[in-house]
Amino acid sequence: MSVDQATVRRIAHLARIAVSEEEVPHLQQELNAILSFIEELSAVDVEGVEPMTSVVPMKMVWRKDAVTDHAGADVVVANAPDSEDGFFTVPKVVE
Amino acid sequence: MTDVTRLTLAQARDALQAKTLSAVELTQAHLDAMAKARGLNAYVLETPDQALAMAAVSDARIASGTAGPLEGLPLGVKDLYATKGVHTQACSHILDGFKPDYESTVTSHLWRDGAVMLGKLNMDEFAMGSSNETSFFGPVASPWLPPHRDGAWAREALAGDKKGLLVPGGSSGGSASAVAAHLCLGATASDTGGSIRQPAAFTGTVGIKPTYGRCSRWGMVAFASSLDQAGPIARTVRDCAIMLRSMAGHDAKDATCIDAPVPDYEASIGRSIKGKKIGIPKEYRIEGMPAEIEKLWADGVAFLKAAGAEIVDISLPHTKTALPAYYIVAPAEASSNLARYDGVRYGLRVPGKDISAMYENTRRAGFGPEVRRRIMIGAYVLSAGYYDAYYVRAQKIRTLIKQDFEKAYAQGVDAILTPATPSAAFGIGEKGSTDPVEMYLNDVFTVTVNMAGLPGIAVPAGLSADGLPLGLQLIGRPFDEETLFSVASVIEESAGRVALPQPWW
Repeated sequence: MSVDQATVRRIAHLARIAVSEEEVPHLQQELNAILSFIEELSAVDVEGVEPMTSVVPMKMVWRKDAVTDHAGADVVVANAPDSEDGFFTVPKVVE
Repeated sequence: MTDVTRLTLAQARDALQAKTLSAVELTQAHLDAMAKARGLNAYVLETPDQALAMAAVSDARIASGTAGPLEGLPLGVKDLYATKGVHTQACSHILDGFKPDYESTVTSHLWRDGAVMLGKLNMDEFAMGSSNETSFFGPVASPWLPPHRDGAWAREALAGDKKGLLVPGGSSGGSASAVAAHLCLGATASDTGGSIRQPAAFTGTVGIKPTYGRCSRWGMVAFASSLDQAGPIARTVRDCAIMLRSMAGHDAKDATCIDAPVPDYEASIGRSIKGKKIGIPKEYRIEGMPAEIEKLWADGVAFLKAAGAEIVDISLPHTKTALPAYYIVAPAEASSNLARYDGVRYGLRVPGKDISAMYENTRRAGFGPEVRRRIMIGAYVLSAGYYDAYYVRAQKIRTLIKQDFEKAYAQGVDAILTPATPSAAFGIGEKGSTDPVEMYLNDVFTVTVNMAGLPGIAVPAGLSADGLPLGLQLIGRPFDEETLFSVASVIEESAGRVALPQPWW
């Protein structure tokens, strides 16, 4: 399977990565190189095989539904590129 | 006094305990060596004040008889481990300025046991790479000189664009380079497809990726969560055993981390391997394999035979599918894990006309080309209409890969011997610039182990015709790292310790 340029733009948008028009042909070529590499898997017989869900058999653990992290809002937003009064800020999303 | 950075971790430990050396002296010697080796670019941050303060505490604990198992031993930390209040960026631009308010479980285990942090080590961005060339902070040079080059030439290259110098491998390239150049006694590393074992093999050092679940992943920057695992790189098998004992162990904060006692791995060094069954998988004899790799592998077989092991031929028929399947599973998980880098909670933000444009601009500027490619592949294979054809199929293939190993182990095989890499180290700027897949092929022997969740160790076993280190890999049963340490120490002993390069930098 290979991707066309429209698909490259769609994937980039799905991944929330801006791409310029000049980048698209090169990116298309690179993605297709990777896709053709993984294409050989279509020849493998996987009939009746269970998809792996856990690489090491382990029992799912439970924990108490309790607050474990209460460093405070100041600490939580300390690494944010922009914050106000202990809140993350984002560009306006509602009209 | 002799240069204490040339000691192994075990020797340094013994000297500290015998009080013939202080932790402060040992740490200062490493800090001095690091300052002289900045051209290699192994460290992205040096933490001398913290290191000396930790060393002083260690000296006090040694004096009062309360020393931990790693007391006073200076280590480097790969930049993907969260270190409280200290630069943690997984060598990505998108995490600019990030200083976590918490400590990863693995590093907190090291500090609990008395280790000293020298600084943060360079790596491929988000651990995506096999040469340490995708780091936002620039490539790392291996301390090994390229064939037919001398120190004067290499110093000049180091001051320039580093082209022609050797890569240390990746993604744990900073860890491997620092250990091989004696800029730390050992280093933390991490392995998603070969990122501990391949750089260890390229630099003549030892690296172990333990069984999935042996170490907590909490506080490690996530790449592909079902494959990522922590482990050490050090100069000897024994040093790796000492470090892994401290790094491993249960952690309630990682639901995939097993609650089982951690053995004293060091006790397995030198243990007899008489009667152990070592499997040789025929599928690892790949087309175009260099004769020197073939010979290295045969030498490994001879070493183990001489030590009384029984060599058996085995078949792992799905080996060939592991690498392509990995390039579905790993990017898929990466695209999900890296969705958190949105310019809101940490790191870089590049404004846009609306929130969507802000996300897209931030991620365009913050991620390097390899990371962008993998996120896009991941988004594609997970997208509607392709999920079953790619992702579910890859997870089924993963089951088949694991079953191959289970069948071999059911026949009584204790460990499997393979080459660690298909070649010796290559030059900076030499691979992957036109076709990304060329770089991916580095992991052809290591990636199966991650797909099956098994432990694997790379140990130096000889030199290439050009005098560069080559490594062998041993793959073990789940949670049987002890056998790997025993068998690897036989190879180390038989091959003779690799003479690491003398400083030219």
